[in-house]
Amino acid sequence: MAERLLEVTDLSTHFFTHAGVVKAVNGVSFTLDRDETLGIVGESGSGKTVTAMSVMRLIPDPPGRVVGGTIVHKGRDLLALSTAEMSDIRGNDIAMIFQDPMTSLNPVFKVGDQIAEVVRRHQGKSKREAWRMAGELLARVGIPDPDKRIDQYPFEFSGGMRQRAMIAMAISCNPDVLIADEPTTALDVTIQAQIMDVIRDMQSQYHSGVIMITHDLGVVAQMADKVMVMYGGRTLEYGPVDEVYYNPHQPYTWGLLGSLPRLDETQKQRLTPIEGQPPNLLLLPDGCPFSGRCPYEMPVCRGEFPALEIVGPGHGVHCWIPIAERERIRAGLPRFRRAAS
Amino acid sequence: MTDTESAASFAEPQVGGPLPVGPEEAAIEVAPLGLWADTWRRLKRNKLALVGLAIITVFMAVGLIEIFFWVTGLHGGYLAPYNPDAVNYAIAKSPPSMQHWFGTDYIGRDVLSRTLVASRISLLVGVIAVSISLAIGLALGPLSGYYGGAIDAIVMRIADVFFAFPYILFVMLLVVVLGPSFRNVFVAIGILSWASYARIVRGTVLSVKTQEYIEAAKAAGASDLRVVFGHVLPNSMAPVYVSVAMGVGGAIVTEAALSFLGIGVQPPQASWGNMIADYLNYLQAGQWWMELFPCLALVITVFGFISFGNGLRDATDPKLKE
Repeated sequence: MAERLLEVTDLSTHFFTHAGVVKAVNGVSFTLDRDETLGIVGESGSGKTVTAMSVMRLIPDPPGRVVGGTIVHKGRDLLALSTAEMSDIRGNDIAMIFQDPMTSLNPVFKVGDQIAEVVRRHQGKSKREAWRMAGELLARVGIPDPDKRIDQYPFEFSGGMRQRAMIAMAISCNPDVLIADEPTTALDVTIQAQIMDVIRDMQSQYHSGVIMITHDLGVVAQMADKVMVMYGGRTLEYGPVDEVYYNPHQPYTWGLLGSLPRLDETQKQRLTPIEGQPPNLLLLPDGCPFSGRCPYEMPVCRGEFPALEIVGPGHGVHCWIPIAERERIRAGLPRFRRAAS
Repeated sequence: MTDTESAASFAEPQVGGPLPVGPEEAAIEVAPLGLWADTWRRLKRNKLALVGLAIITVFMAVGLIEIFFWVTGLHGGYLAPYNPDAVNYAIAKSPPSMQHWFGTDYIGRDVLSRTLVASRISLLVGVIAVSISLAIGLALGPLSGYYGGAIDAIVMRIADVFFAFPYILFVMLLVVVLGPSFRNVFVAIGILSWASYARIVRGTVLSVKTQEYIEAAKAAGASDLRVVFGHVLPNSMAPVYVSVAMGVGGAIVTEAALSFLGIGVQPPQASWGNMIADYLNYLQAGQWWMELFPCLALVITVFGFISFGNGLRDATDPKLKE
């Protein structure tokens, strides 16, 4: 069995604002092994990024705080570490790629300096050695003419190149865990595929575990081994990608998959949107956060969040609808009719 | 790119350039403008700022030369047509002439020589006083803005106290307490002007610290101090440069005011302020040249710093970019 890199159990991160407590992440659990890619999907405000920031311990405090749970990285609980110990881990053992490469590089320093800084910080390399490594890293992530590019400022880079530079920075210390927070959202579709390739290449070279945060189900299908579907700060469904995509058990997952266009659709068919609006995070129901939008809602849904139910190998779901009933409903949905037949 | 056709088609600078197609295709070399080159390009168009820069250059050159002779003691410690302290009653109160361009004062000292030599005091006060206040302001401002909370409240309330006192009275008080000497003038002005730098930097830090690249630096494992002084501060400096240019002019005026009031640089050591005070009485007697030239030197120098500072502000203001 592969080495366990990260084990997050019952993580809860709340923001204490003037208007009230925002439960941005509520009892989320997942694991990440070496060479494995976990996709976290969900719409805006579902808690994907806050989950990642909690793992990095970069939640702005105040107003935010991790109020419960454990984040164990190679046997150490990250939440129990001192600030200095955590700084040693960030960038070295756990690295992050940010959403918007246009704003994630410091505009006043050369790209090479920024990569070299990380190398020097964590590996104690000399300035010269770190600079040489920065050049190698730029070449490795596919930046043409790295010797010239290393000496340039971020504004001289295009968006895709900046994201490559961010990836170079993130992999510079050979991290165990690479968190990519919507790494292609701000990029052109053509560049997206290139960036995804770079991330996958890096993963196979360094054998990292990757957490891919996205709202793009296509990206998850292509990249991930496991997927966690989040909504309103809760995990609604979690499991191997094929399981979740071909055997989804949560009405929200059905909605997500149903709202995707399909290339193999023969007839002109309208996409099926999920009715309603995302919930106000200040006014989340105690029960399932999807209640209120869920077309199959029952009275029990609002009162209490359903316990984890295992429905397949490594495939868990939180839903009050009895399993037989779920399978019956799913078989009737246009989206899944073909898969079932 | 020697043929004119391709030179013409790439006349427009293309930042970043097109994606490289292959190794054999020569990359199009368009040197993009750096921050300073870009600022300079826009500053160049502002004539008043260029005049200011020229004035500053001349002032700094003269001041540095005088400081050099003063420190080394070469040529009696000054570089001027005459010894600025040499008394000659025979030629006292003579108006400007070929021998004495700015005339002589009431005891026959050459006004031109004294005006030149006094520039060293003004340059020193400008550089040293601003360095002191900048050092304090750049240490406290970023910490205040970055950490916020109690640190911010304490630093900014202290700054408010400094702002609340009438500045010139505060400086006078401090100089009187420390004792009037030119070193104490530097220290007093330096200590009392830190608050505006701290406040300016704090304001910029507040906006810079929310930028994503700051979060990225934290995610790369940079320590708090490293983030504040290595990443946030360098991005918060643009308004500080403007403030420094203005601040030097301000410090020179303050020194002149203190010397005018007799609690700054003490005679016979020449400073523009004490010359203006010294020669004031002779203005009514019609001997205008003694008073005019140190006044002109002061006004022109300060004008140079202020107009350069103004130009710099316009040139670094992203909202005014075309």
